Amino acid sequence: MLRIARAAGVLALGASVAGGLPAGAAAQTGPPAEVPRVEIPRTPTGRPDMNGIWQSLGNHHWDIEAHQARAALEMQPGPIIPVPAEGVVALGALGAVPPGWSAVEGGEIPYLPDALAVRDENREHYLERDPAIKCFLPGVPRAVLQPMPFQIFQSEGHFLIAYEFADAVRDIYLEDPGPSVLDAWMGQSVGRWEGDTFVVEVDAFNGMTWFDRAGNHHSAALKVTERYTLVTPYHIWYEATMEDPNTFTRPWTIRLPLYKQIDPNARLGRFKCIEFVEELMYGDLRKTLVGAGDESGGAR
Amino acid sequence: MQAPHRVFILALACAVGFALLPSAAAAQDADGKQWTVPRTEYGHPDIQGRWSNSFLTPLVRPEGQPPTLTLEEAVQLEQGALGRLAASFEPLDPDRPAPEASNNPGGYDRFYVDSGDRIVIVNGEPRTSFITRPANGRLPELTEEGKRRRAAQAAYGKQFGEHDHPELLPLPERCLVPLGPRTGPPMFDAGYNNNYYIVQNEDHIAIMVEQFRSARIIRLGDGPRLPDHVRPWHGDSWGHWEGDTLVVETTNLHPLQHDVQQSVFANELDRRTGNRVSKEMKVIERFTRVDEETLLYDFTVDDPVIYTEPWGGEIPMWRLNEQMYEYACHEANYGMFNILRGARYQERQAAETGGQEP
Repeated sequence: MLRIARAAGVLALGASVAGGLPAGAAAQTGPPAEVPRVEIPRTPTGRPDMNGIWQSLGNHHWDIEAHQARAALEMQPGPIIPVPAEGVVALGALGAVPPGWSAVEGGEIPYLPDALAVRDENREHYLERDPAIKCFLPGVPRAVLQPMPFQIFQSEGHFLIAYEFADAVRDIYLEDPGPSVLDAWMGQSVGRWEGDTFVVEVDAFNGMTWFDRAGNHHSAALKVTERYTLVTPYHIWYEATMEDPNTFTRPWTIRLPLYKQIDPNARLGRFKCIEFVEELMYGDLRKTLVGAGDESGGAR
Repeated sequence: MQAPHRVFILALACAVGFALLPSAAAAQDADGKQWTVPRTEYGHPDIQGRWSNSFLTPLVRPEGQPPTLTLEEAVQLEQGALGRLAASFEPLDPDRPAPEASNNPGGYDRFYVDSGDRIVIVNGEPRTSFITRPANGRLPELTEEGKRRRAAQAAYGKQFGEHDHPELLPLPERCLVPLGPRTGPPMFDAGYNNNYYIVQNEDHIAIMVEQFRSARIIRLGDGPRLPDHVRPWHGDSWGHWEGDTLVVETTNLHPLQHDVQQSVFANELDRRTGNRVSKEMKVIERFTRVDEETLLYDFTVDDPVIYTEPWGGEIPMWRLNEQMYEYACHEANYGMFNILRGARYQERQAAETGGQEP
């Protein structure tokens, strides 16, 4: 299996270079040599069996690039140094951003200059702009990176992934239905087996999702190619290559393991967060504002 | 594409007999061989793929209707629906007058709406309601406790105006549980998006519901139920195979879950504020593949605190040969902003005109 995976990696490298990509853009695919590989469970038809509850670990959901700890996702000027923005002060240490290493191959996202400026603006206006704050569907690969589990339902003819965050769900076509007639928050996913790796091509995004809580963004032209490789019974090596000529100078890839939940009590919970953000989104449109006593609300 | 085919089969069945009906008990393939249920790689009956429960037949039998229709009546009703659809494709009269002013100008045209063009037929019997238990096709009487709770909810609701707060808007408008509710349990149809995608593995069934795009997750086996105070949307579902039938029992329903269902049969106030589900409520669903094109869905609602008897019925879900699309309801819910903002605007107007309607 290892030999096949490496061979596939070499082939992919060859194809990318032939496609005229700059050096370094098309790195190897497949798990690094340091990642353990052991006998994996298989379905009755011999496919790698990825059924189960999975989750990414690490702090990539805060920022997929390397980052040091900071006081809050949004700051405001202070008398000496910047301090947490008003909206996050109350959370104290729980509102602070923990440090993390980069999931991005090569370390940094290759933004075009204008797109990099938008990313920086996104950080300045984080509370207003992050779509996940409003419980909007997270898109791909953010759905995978969220600090909540997701469950894979795999059979010979079907593949479905349900995510705890925002009740998001992806039905992955195993037969290509052709270009999607609609844009979608979660895009349209078409999957296929390349040896023991499940490869999913995702496009038809609406361009309104982010990659993380650090303002990393893309346009509707984004195409994501995900590769799921079961390396042990409890680990999937996950890769996602992002192509979006409106936003990036070249394709780039994140690589990280996904961990299987082995607690027999584990189950995918329901986090339909819509009702949790009603005060944030509609609170100022109440007849009586919360905490306003008898004063009439309806500011807008 | 499917509807004309369906009416053709029904018309043919009228002429030749029931054997041709898709839901007839003894399904046969083109060569006259007995149809056998397809199986998954784990040996379970295969109920996977896309299905629809869109029907002309209502949940509750209209008063005065017999339980069944003749086949001719069913054909007539289906052809009527197709006729209305065809008529909607005719160009509009450019000289038509403006519609009458009203509070509700209507929100959807026939391009949007897909409320079915089929009559429920089970075992060759065209029916007038999903509900067949009790036999009158109607919801059972409320218990005394059910009536007490209903009255208490109505009294509670009276202190608010319809659009005072976001929590007072109906669950479908808040994008929490779709009308029907399509998500169930039990899963009923409503005006559109009555589509489901089922995926099975060895120990789980996932049902992706197109409307609001949630996945119901059913675990197979007999594990510990959630603690009483944990009540997620769509409840806690456990399933097992009884012969070739998947039986699913759901408990721990969210206290507001049934609100939506009430919109089908209860008054507006109940719909917004009501909670006629007790903690005892249990839903039993039975899924049986009866032929290539039909997944028979049998449901029973058992809530002894609220209803004087359990109620239930059958819906022959039919094979959907179309794609399902993302229904991102909350992400574009301008309705919530506009309804609440409009209500506040009207209040300001009223205040400025000294309490008079502007």
